[in-house]
Amino acid sequence: MNLVNVEGLSVRYGARTVLSHVSLGVAKGEIVTIVGPNGSGKTSLLRAIIGAVKPAQGKVSRGADVKIGYVPQKLHIDETLPMTVTRFLNLPHSVTAQDIEAALTQAGVPNLSKSQLSQLSGGQFQRVLLARALIGNPDLLLLDEATQGLDQRGSASFYQQIEAVRQETGCAVLMISHELHVVMSASDRVICLNGHVCCEGTPAVVASAPEYRALFGTGTRGALALYQHDHDHNHDHAEAAE
Amino acid sequence: MLDDFMVRAALAGIGVAIAAAPLGCFVVWRRMAYFGDATAHAAILGVALSLAFSMSVFIGAMAVALIMALTVNLLSGRGYAMDTLLGVLAHSALAFGLVAVSFLSGIRIDLMSYLFGDILAVSRGDLSVIWSGALLVVLLIGWRWSALLTSTLNEDLAYASEINPKREQLVLTVALAITVAVAIKVVGVLLIAALLIIPAAAARPLSRTPEGMAVAAGAIGMLSTVVGLRAAYVLDTPAGPSIVCVAALTFLASSMLKSALSARS
Repeated sequence: MNLVNVEGLSVRYGARTVLSHVSLGVAKGEIVTIVGPNGSGKTSLLRAIIGAVKPAQGKVSRGADVKIGYVPQKLHIDETLPMTVTRFLNLPHSVTAQDIEAALTQAGVPNLSKSQLSQLSGGQFQRVLLARALIGNPDLLLLDEATQGLDQRGSASFYQQIEAVRQETGCAVLMISHELHVVMSASDRVICLNGHVCCEGTPAVVASAPEYRALFGTGTRGALALYQHDHDHNHDHAEAAE
Repeated sequence: MLDDFMVRAALAGIGVAIAAAPLGCFVVWRRMAYFGDATAHAAILGVALSLAFSMSVFIGAMAVALIMALTVNLLSGRGYAMDTLLGVLAHSALAFGLVAVSFLSGIRIDLMSYLFGDILAVSRGDLSVIWSGALLVVLLIGWRWSALLTSTLNEDLAYASEINPKREQLVLTVALAITVAVAIKVVGVLLIAALLIIPAAAARPLSRTPEGMAVAAGAIGMLSTVVGLRAAYVLDTPAGPSIVCVAALTFLASSMLKSALSARS
């Protein structure tokens, strides 16, 4: 039983089709990463899952009682809006102080509860967004380019945090990322999207798929090799797809 | 006590300030300052129509303000930037209103009081309209507060929490129309936007949370009303503009306080 099922989803903005016939599912506890070039419909896919865009075709179904925690791509807090971290984590429903401390600790920023959102650094802000998504113990975390604007070290440590959260709570993660080399090593499954699903499978399978190489070239393979076992040769186990 | 026109004026101003405070905060946070202007300008057309058909001014102003607000809601995101759209609608509604008024004989002088308001002429009946409207707006905004705040932060966050930001914007729009209709007699069309925005802006440096800002804006609005009325009485100045002047001075003071505090820390 999947947490979320997307079946034959098409999304159109006016006359422009951004997604056509996309099907995918996320099972309990797995980390799935969506990669794809700009304009490939990654964000639209996540927005369709949270219900922010209506499918032109197909459907998105959630299991009963599946709780979703969402971390948006960018969150601009207007200077005129005063907002402490605690107040932010209490939106839209108020939660206990213990829950807030727990979520902030899980997200790796335990001492920020009294800070103003506008005074946080980029990395702190992303972690506070993560903390908000973690409140209420979601079964599925959706992350849309959650490390945009972070340097390489910052984003690597952010993804380690995600991995740790998954270990701790067992929640599934569906995320979009540009940082192929970091993300691919941390994912159970990778979906390569370009308006439609080009290819999907384990990181190793996707990285060597011709569709993926056509989109991202061979340049990323060098970076991948830093983080992954070299898979130009054959392993004994079945995982080696080549 | 209500026999004293100064007491009635103060109560009217306080009623408007209470409704305008939480609403003004949202107007500031969502950068829709011109929305208040546009709705207020459209209300003049409503005033003209209600005078023509001898209806209650409140009903006419409210109906046109609502239609205007809904039109903007509907048209936004269809190829025109919001400020362009508001500019077109606001000024054309005002122009049509003024032209419509010219067809009616003998009410030219009254119109001035709707442009600038006449808080000193507030009757007991006006008071009950103002306070019912203010109460309605506060209840409406209070009821939707969390959902509105979440939608204001980010529409996708709202969707993810199963809140429909379009519906919340509609709530805000309706509340704005009610406030404009209620306030038109007190401060007039030209100063309504000031009463929405200035107290909220003045409250910003003094607040750490959205709720704190709404309460502070309410307090500043009420203070401005009372002090402004007193100043108008003593200095023999027009009442509505005097209230706005006091609010503006409060804004200046709170901005200076903010710079002083940030310079020290």
